[in-house]
Amino acid sequence: MSVMTVQSLTLKIDGKDVSCQAGQTILEVAREHDIEIPTLCWLDGLTLWGGCRLCVVEVAGSPKLFAACGTACAEGMEVTTNSERLQKYRKTIVEMLFSERNHVCAVCVSNGHCELQSMAQKLGVNHVHLPYRYPKLTVDSSNDRFRLDHNRCILCTRCVRVCGEIEGAHTKDVKGRGINSQIINDLDQPWGESETCTGCAKCVHVCPTGALTERGTAVAEMNKKRQFLPYLTLMRENDK
Amino acid sequence: MTPEELQTLAARGQEKFAHYKHVLNVCMESGCVSSRSDTVADALDKEIAKRGAKEQICIKRVGCLCSCAQGPMVSQDDGKVLYKEVKAEDAGAILDAVGSKPVSRLQMPADHPFFTKQLRVVREHAGKFDPEDLEDSIRVGAYHGLMKVLTQMTPAEVIAEITTSGLRGRGGAGFPTGLKWSTVAKAGNPTKYIVCNGDEGDPGAFMDRSVMEGDPHRVLEGMAIAAYAVGAQKGVIYVRAEYPLAVKRLTRAINQATRQELLGANILGTKFGFTVEIRLGAGAFVCGEETALLASIEGRRGLPRPRPPFPANSGLYNCPTLINNVETFANIAPIINKGGAWFSKIGTAKSKGTKLFALTGKIVNTGLIEVPMGISLREIIFDMGGGIPDGRKFKAVQTGGPSGGCIPEKHLDIPVDYESLASVGSIMGSGGMIVMDDTSNMVDVARFFMDFCASESCGKCVPCRVGTYHMHEILRRINDGEGTSADLMLLRELCDTVKTTSLCGLGQTAPNPVLSTLRYFEQEYLDLISRAEATRAAAGDGHSKKAAGTTGLEVTL
Repeated sequence: MSVMTVQSLTLKIDGKDVSCQAGQTILEVAREHDIEIPTLCWLDGLTLWGGCRLCVVEVAGSPKLFAACGTACAEGMEVTTNSERLQKYRKTIVEMLFSERNHVCAVCVSNGHCELQSMAQKLGVNHVHLPYRYPKLTVDSSNDRFRLDHNRCILCTRCVRVCGEIEGAHTKDVKGRGINSQIINDLDQPWGESETCTGCAKCVHVCPTGALTERGTAVAEMNKKRQFLPYLTLMRENDK
Repeated sequence: MTPEELQTLAARGQEKFAHYKHVLNVCMESGCVSSRSDTVADALDKEIAKRGAKEQICIKRVGCLCSCAQGPMVSQDDGKVLYKEVKAEDAGAILDAVGSKPVSRLQMPADHPFFTKQLRVVREHAGKFDPEDLEDSIRVGAYHGLMKVLTQMTPAEVIAEITTSGLRGRGGAGFPTGLKWSTVAKAGNPTKYIVCNGDEGDPGAFMDRSVMEGDPHRVLEGMAIAAYAVGAQKGVIYVRAEYPLAVKRLTRAINQATRQELLGANILGTKFGFTVEIRLGAGAFVCGEETALLASIEGRRGLPRPRPPFPANSGLYNCPTLINNVETFANIAPIINKGGAWFSKIGTAKSKGTKLFALTGKIVNTGLIEVPMGISLREIIFDMGGGIPDGRKFKAVQTGGPSGGCIPEKHLDIPVDYESLASVGSIMGSGGMIVMDDTSNMVDVARFFMDFCASESCGKCVPCRVGTYHMHEILRRINDGEGTSADLMLLRELCDTVKTTSLCGLGQTAPNPVLSTLRYFEQEYLDLISRAEATRAAAGDGHSKKAAGTTGLEVTL
């Protein structure tokens, strides 16, 4: 019987020599080595989405940018994660998100513990130079325990993925396309009338912004509790 | 069916038509059918029956006769005489003229460069046989390439032949076909798929539709040869539902071929088996992107996903999948029949063979043309296309649809090949060619294409979803006389971000129409902006976002 061997590779990330196993992504390896690459749609334990484009990095020898979340490491690769050019693109992308819907931090229930807000702070987005769209969007408060506020949604689809992949309910999905895309419950019914929603709250706790929240009054109640995800992922891997 | 039977069938087809003194071909593709070529064919049939000439003259319902804007087209004796804009009432006159002087009021010069400068490889038989008749298709050579491959060649030899030919993907990006095939052939999985991309979505493009409607068996043959070469068992043709006639003809062709064992478990009596099914696209442009197309076939939302893994390694149902465009598959049979070396003699050093173009817009001769790679844009537009109508001046030609760019007069002498078109800021694309005259407003052209991209963006990645929206808004503002110079700066910045950071080809190429018009027609943007600024200054309100019309006066209702 032959023993499966996993090939190991060495590469450079931001000038630092690092080693990894074949098949690991740039993002995984960077995080293992405490190199920060910003992400919004990516979440450990959920499938790859590749939609926020914040994790784009430069690879020496290619004029193109690569999304670190979905690009596997290769032997001898030289990765730059934080050049001036990358910072500029990332800032523009975050500004695009702010301009797309009504992200009014001051009156948002997630103010202070929102990933979009902290991302903007981290990247130094102190103003938005794109015109705001101010779309008229609804808030779904039909559910007794949760609230879906489309004004704060960045369409990262973490909720869609956790609902389908981890909870197995597939209550959440996306309707429409392009700028008109919107998160829906079942076949675009009020959340409170959903027959498939198990009320597990996983979607709420993976949501990076104030789009999905538990109904409550205290600030502390709005903190996202995400510990279940690595635990469930580990359980699932052990089951294999 | 055995190889011998195929040859017998071909001979029988020859015989079937040999005794006719004359053949009248009526175009039955979407363009001509929409101007009622079906009634013309019926009228000709009736008239022949009335005259008792059924054994002398044959009426055939055939594929495209090229001059689409002047349909219904009728061709006598394989293009010796061509008639345009034929009506059912003309049946008698056309039949009277058979064997004598053609009807001059309907006649088109068959020796016009529009026809003579074409080089037909993909469409070598189109317009000369009935695509709904398997016997007639086999008569002109259908499935002979497949027979040759199955009886005389190994899969490796087939791939070598395609590699020698230098054929590159006709979907737009121009990836070497031989290399793609060998990657799929080397992939380890025993289950593999062949996918034909017939989701032609560029505004103004109809090349693939014409191939599917005019010669469906050739597409199936190309797919079967590919399946043999890479070791696939199943094929899927993804056609947009807006092409009902193509779907009908392909379905019919699949049924005919399956009945005759040209598709199925034991093709031509060999152990090789291959089946094909059709999937309909529901009209999303992004489904022409290969990973979105695969998701759509699997029954999921048509969204692209990051590559790698490439479909060649992990495609349909996670199996190795070969995806080629309709026109690419239609190039396979002639390469096998005549050899890769023959094919590689056509075209330029890096772009081999011919290319189909849908010539549309402000041009005298609109229609479908097949030209050798390396021909200049000037030859296409001025010699073949007959130049610009109404004595107007040429301004630009748009190639590559919403992913392409506008090419001005000064670059008309570049050869048409993948690299040259890219060097002037456009792309080959799938083959749409829209000619514009000096009445065209280039800012509006850019706005039109951006409107298309924004409404076709799937919404998965942020730069494409939000960036195309903002770019369209800016272009609309500039075009409506509400633009500012800051808008122009922002537009350039957004072009760069969307192009560089988008997930798939749609977003990565969406800024191209803007970038190319900015490159060649920047003055038009500047003129519109300075006029808008002057208007605002005259209105005494430099900050008002709303331009107050040309009079500079706000009207209060």
